[in-house]
Amino acid sequence: MPPRSSPQAPATRLVVGPFNRVEGDLEVRLDVRDGAVAEARVVAPMYRGFENLLEGRDPHDALVIVPRICGICSVSQSVAAARALADAAGTVAPPNGRIATDLMLAAENLADHLTHFYLFFMPDFARQAYARQPWFAEARRRFEAGAGEQSRAAIAARQRWLQIVGTLGGKWPHTHGVMPGGSTRAIDGAERLRLLSLLREFRAFLERHTFAAPLDEVAALADESALFAWQAQAPERGDLRLFLAIAAAAGLDRLGRGPGRYLVHGNAGAPAGVWDETLDQGAGALLPLDLSGITEDISHAWMADDGVPPRHPSAGATRPDADKAGAYTWNKAPRLRGRACETGAIARRLAAGQPLVRAAVRRCGGTVYTRVLARLLELAEVLPQMERWLAELQPREPFCASDALPDGGQGVGLAEAARGALGHWLRIERGRIAGYQIIAPTSWNFSPRDAAGQPGPLEQALAGTPVGDGEKTPVAVQHVVRSFDPCMVCTVH
Amino acid sequence: MLNVLWLQSGGCGGCSMSLLCADTADFPGLLQAGGVRLLWHPSLSLESGHEIVDLLGACLAGRQRLDVLCVEGALLRGPNGTGRFHLLAGTGQPMTHWVARLAAVARHVVAVGACAAWGGVSAAGANATEACGLQYEDDRAGGLLGAAFRAAGGLPVVNVAGCPTHPGWVVDTLLALAAGVLRAEDLDTLARPRFYADQLVHHGCTRNEYYEFKASAEKPSDLGCMMEHMGCKGTQAHADCNTRLWNGQGSCTRGGYACISCTEPGFQDTGHPFHRTPKLAGIPIGLPTDMPKAWFVALASLSKSATPRRVKANATADHLVVAPATKKTRLG
Repeated sequence: MPPRSSPQAPATRLVVGPFNRVEGDLEVRLDVRDGAVAEARVVAPMYRGFENLLEGRDPHDALVIVPRICGICSVSQSVAAARALADAAGTVAPPNGRIATDLMLAAENLADHLTHFYLFFMPDFARQAYARQPWFAEARRRFEAGAGEQSRAAIAARQRWLQIVGTLGGKWPHTHGVMPGGSTRAIDGAERLRLLSLLREFRAFLERHTFAAPLDEVAALADESALFAWQAQAPERGDLRLFLAIAAAAGLDRLGRGPGRYLVHGNAGAPAGVWDETLDQGAGALLPLDLSGITEDISHAWMADDGVPPRHPSAGATRPDADKAGAYTWNKAPRLRGRACETGAIARRLAAGQPLVRAAVRRCGGTVYTRVLARLLELAEVLPQMERWLAELQPREPFCASDALPDGGQGVGLAEAARGALGHWLRIERGRIAGYQIIAPTSWNFSPRDAAGQPGPLEQALAGTPVGDGEKTPVAVQHVVRSFDPCMVCTVH
Repeated sequence: MLNVLWLQSGGCGGCSMSLLCADTADFPGLLQAGGVRLLWHPSLSLESGHEIVDLLGACLAGRQRLDVLCVEGALLRGPNGTGRFHLLAGTGQPMTHWVARLAAVARHVVAVGACAAWGGVSAAGANATEACGLQYEDDRAGGLLGAAFRAAGGLPVVNVAGCPTHPGWVVDTLLALAAGVLRAEDLDTLARPRFYADQLVHHGCTRNEYYEFKASAEKPSDLGCMMEHMGCKGTQAHADCNTRLWNGQGSCTRGGYACISCTEPGFQDTGHPFHRTPKLAGIPIGLPTDMPKAWFVALASLSKSATPRRVKANATADHLVVAPATKKTRLG
């Protein structure tokens, strides 16, 4: 007797990749049923093994090696390593060193947000699939890959903007100026003025092109009705307003909803914590972050299974096994108390109490629309903060304290990269690195299933995404994937 | 137009991110005016998924002319020679296979960055991923394509080495290829373009007065010369970093950190901590290029004894504590 047929139509398997306009290589495996994604599996297809190649080296070598994990969030890797070393050594950076480091990190994060919006995310709306949309011609004029007027202007603005890191840290990416004791490049009074001019130049770009409005006006939008009223006043002006029109027409607020739990390591503008959508009763729901609750599950990663339950990163290990049965990615699955978390600009803006992002998340959760909106609002909010930090620099006062590392010890370095929570866990023995474990933002966001079968945030976000007839690389899937601004080279490292 | 296909493998993508910092008001316009057309680039092109796989197939089948294959990132041959540490997404095929086949049909092959040239940081330590460059493994010729490889245009793999590469090095290389003016004699003994590799990082270093008097930095953020104590290899590293600056006014040494010689093969495993100068009997092991040891020792002891007070005081401070004296510079 033949087996009973399933009540559901059989799923069609779609292997999508290589993805571009993400950092690094990415494959997504989809089971498609009834015109939508039924299940998604996210594959990080490349392994380099940075954690292992750090072992045995002088601890300071981490400051040269770890930025090379990632060419787009290089400074954030440096900052996490410097903080892990400072934690182990008990070093405290002088105020100038702390501020200079915060400035470099914020400059990188804002550059990444700009790059994501203009070069990675928006070009998909210039695809022929949208040729019949009333906004298509405008989207194409502004954002067409390699040709769009606004995208070209954004590359030029980014080039000028990253001169901030050129001055503060020598070069970008892979600056070596970030130290446990601060920064290696003291800034004098005249240079501080030149840096301020660079900040003002970038502000002018954002106020003219991205927002077509003063940054303060954008940051002060208190809720979505204020946002949409602001948009309606001048719908043709500025790239945020065009994005809002496209988002409404394409239903981006119903696309790619994540797990609803958000992780923030915290930075100068946002406190650390965990935000849970289901606990938000209007006043916010930022719970304390307990780092001891973090573990990495390797059940579906090409990592040798040693029969040990998921480990905390301070006791973690990375042992590749390309032949492991049931595994489908090089990425481990970080979990906080066993649960998948999303991290990134939404999480930071929620923690910082940004009213518009809180309102948008309350209405529609973490979606393609919310992720992009949160990044753009972060541009509007963080740039004025940087202007204030710069004013706090005290020329002729120290920028770097010396650090004396112990022969043995442990350290934890946390940072907020553009894409979210980044952590380095370091162990030193006999003056050498004895253990180094890294959990990057996209390790969280693009994690695979864990032993309990819980999918990672992107895997959850992709479920239900529409797939058109004959689509081999579904455009809605691309929107969802790119809305996270994934960094695959950080993910596996 | 010069058709350029750009692929990434065992690296960080930083050379592409650096490229976007090219000193121009219109990056796409710069390439276009220089006769360069990006067939596909991971950060800049629309095409995704099956569209890319189709393009790679068209190049291999000769339906699409491939003038330049740019590879960024090391080639990961492991585990056990299978190449499975990087299977190109959507294809199930090792990236090493794709690169080897495409290199065979490309008119020129360019290694963008230290990883694609020699293996770089991806090959550090025990090199568990069996990472190598396109035509070198550290300073040993070979790599993925083999020492005898010559692209259809006659050149070996052009090694635009650096970690990351300077955007100007990549732009100049592509524009020279587009103009048909990059010849074998324009490459140095490690196949790096001589327009940047015939310089030393030392040239144009703002710390040169400290170097002259051996007034040395002792800790991070000090203004002095970083060769004696802080691990600086600027007097040996081939690159024009201090005459063609980075991100506006920058370079590693101007940023207060030693040159780690990231344009040189094997820089990732120096045998000593990056931030400390290895010495023998108090003398740095790595002496300035082309300088006999005895001369260096004699000159160093003489110049140390002649160091002006200003230079000595500023060398161990993070800002100028003694300004140069004002004096007449005209005769009479």
